[in-house]
Amino acid sequence: MEIIQVKEVSKFYANHTALNNVSFDVPKGKIFGLLGPNGAGKTSLIRIINQITAPDQGEILFNGQPLTKEHIKQIGYLPEERGLYKKMSVYDQLMYFARLRGMTRTDANQRIHNWLEKFEATTWKKKKIEELSKGMQQKIQFIVTVMHNPDFIILDEPFTGFDPKNTQLIKDEILNLKANGASIMLSTHRMENVEAICDNVVLLNKAKVVTQGSVMDVRNSLKDNTFSLTYSGQLDPTQIAHIEVKNLEQRQTDATLLFSYTGKPDIQLFNDPRINITEYREVIPSMQDVFLTLTDNSSDE
Amino acid sequence: MNNIGIVTSREYLTRVKKKSFILMTLLTPLLIASFYGIIIWVNIGQSESVEQQNIVLVDPSGVFSERIVSPDNIRFIPQKSYSIEDLIYADSIDAVITVDQNYTIDKPLTLNYKSMGSLSVNSNASIKDAFGNVIRDQKLSTMGIEQGAIDSLRSSVEISQVKVDENGDTKTSNAMINSGVGMILSMMIYFFIFLYGVQVMKGVLEEKTNRIVELIVSTVKPFQLMMGKVIGIALVGLTQLTIWIVLSGILMAIIGVIVGINFMDINELKNAAQNPDLSGMKLEDLELLTALQSLPFAKLFLSFLFYFLGGYLFYGALFAAIGSAVDNETDTQQFMLPITMPLVFSIAISFSLISGDPHGTLATWMSMIPLTSPIVMMVRMPFEPDLWQVLLSMTILVFSIIGVTYMAGKIYRTGILMYGKKPTYKELAKWLFYKN
Repeated sequence: MEIIQVKEVSKFYANHTALNNVSFDVPKGKIFGLLGPNGAGKTSLIRIINQITAPDQGEILFNGQPLTKEHIKQIGYLPEERGLYKKMSVYDQLMYFARLRGMTRTDANQRIHNWLEKFEATTWKKKKIEELSKGMQQKIQFIVTVMHNPDFIILDEPFTGFDPKNTQLIKDEILNLKANGASIMLSTHRMENVEAICDNVVLLNKAKVVTQGSVMDVRNSLKDNTFSLTYSGQLDPTQIAHIEVKNLEQRQTDATLLFSYTGKPDIQLFNDPRINITEYREVIPSMQDVFLTLTDNSSDE
Repeated sequence: MNNIGIVTSREYLTRVKKKSFILMTLLTPLLIASFYGIIIWVNIGQSESVEQQNIVLVDPSGVFSERIVSPDNIRFIPQKSYSIEDLIYADSIDAVITVDQNYTIDKPLTLNYKSMGSLSVNSNASIKDAFGNVIRDQKLSTMGIEQGAIDSLRSSVEISQVKVDENGDTKTSNAMINSGVGMILSMMIYFFIFLYGVQVMKGVLEEKTNRIVELIVSTVKPFQLMMGKVIGIALVGLTQLTIWIVLSGILMAIIGVIVGINFMDINELKNAAQNPDLSGMKLEDLELLTALQSLPFAKLFLSFLFYFLGGYLFYGALFAAIGSAVDNETDTQQFMLPITMPLVFSIAISFSLISGDPHGTLATWMSMIPLTSPIVMMVRMPFEPDLWQVLLSMTILVFSIIGVTYMAGKIYRTGILMYGKKPTYKELAKWLFYKN
């Protein structure tokens, strides 16, 4: 089941194309990574899903139905920058956004208290946003995003500018939301986070989909026959037939060799009594590599 | 509550709760009232405190000592002689004036004034008048004119203005009072448009730069968001105005009680003028108050309220459009200039040109153009322009507000989601025609 289906969506502005025939599915109950360099069209897409703007072509389905204003209440959005009134108190702020999403005063009041308690933030209730630290503000922003129990949550760069502790806190909360059945779309440039928490990704570049699928599939698709061998002992890799040495990192007690086979992969080639192999593996590109390779290639077009 | 209501109440409550708002709202009437109080106090105090000066007149020529009439603030005391030592030791004598022994009325008169203090402007004029009158009367009587005829030559000229309306009814009118009242009211509109218009702009800018719009425009239409803001801030202004009026009224009543008269009751004022305690109050002052009383208060108040709100709504929409078009406050300057120019211009000329010729061509035209009408028409209102002109000006303003709000809404809708470069006027014009 998909919570969001993007079907051949295009968005044109006066002098550039923001989205060019973009299609992908966001599965239900999973964490989905929306990736791409700056200007790839991520913000345009998020705005279309949030119904801030409409697509020029194509459509978006929410739970299999065309997206309508009714769905807004089932969507939570955490913008890249702090979307809060700096001079408004935490409580008033949360109440305001809750009311705009159609909650009644009593209902909103209850949920605000629950969330503030959960984040151990009840003492900040009367404080203005500008008096809070970045981490505290982020928590408030997070409450604004999830307060109305949305089925689908869009998080745009939720980790920007945070220390490891806050990053971990947000990560845990995201996984928590997933565990509670919400579907999450995460837009970020931090690829290590994508590897850590995303199930599926789509990579946009220059308004087009470059690749999509599960994180593992996407990474495997870019395997380039590179292997890594860590060993101790004396070895001259250049003397080994049928391999092409890419890099050799010599350390005090051991060394790591990066290479590719010119023929069929065969570990027997390293069967040498002078060395002791401690690790041998095929190198799978990280999301970082995937990102750099795919967005770089297309910029050469 | 619908969305405009939620937005409006947020805009209203966050501003009204601010300390700066509470301070300004409470302090301004206090300032005005104390200013008013000081003026009254100084006026009354001064008239009481003007002491009579005792001036010894040594006149060996005998021309003046018999005939001189002491003015209000001076008592002439004729003496045969008076030494400087006498002056120094006599506490009750302020000065000595000596007339040359050989003086006759054919010669120019030089008075020798000795005193321990300096001669005030008032006393100077009174002394000159007193001596001048004696010389003139003397000269006239040597020409053979009788005393009665001389007295009748003294004339006083004052202009008492009366305004006649179509029904032939007359009322007192005073150009100074009219332009004064017009200026105060139009200045208030001017400051209101500026202070609150800029608040609209800053509020829009805040929502834009903080990306708050992205959070809420999915649930609130941009137009609703803009109107909620404009209306909310208008209510803040009205609240402030109401508190000011109420507080000023209370404070003025308190001052009235302290001074002992009710400034709002003209009959009491007239009686007060006969009251010897208030004899310091001149007839002119009373006429000013009479003219003030005869202003069409209801009409003035209603038109003030209309132009106060209308001017703000007109400019508020424009300010909202500016705030949405740019990314930071420095960039607003470029767009503010053409918008504020008409305002600054109208307030600049209202002191001179408009109140100088309140029914002239310039005044009439400027009170029709919606960019200037809230200020210029307000300057003209105390002079009571033709009713059709007022109604036409108001109608034009109402339709302009609708038009400007519609256009501003279009610019706003596109502008709040545009980041990066500062748009040109050409681009702004294009935004007007974007579809959703």
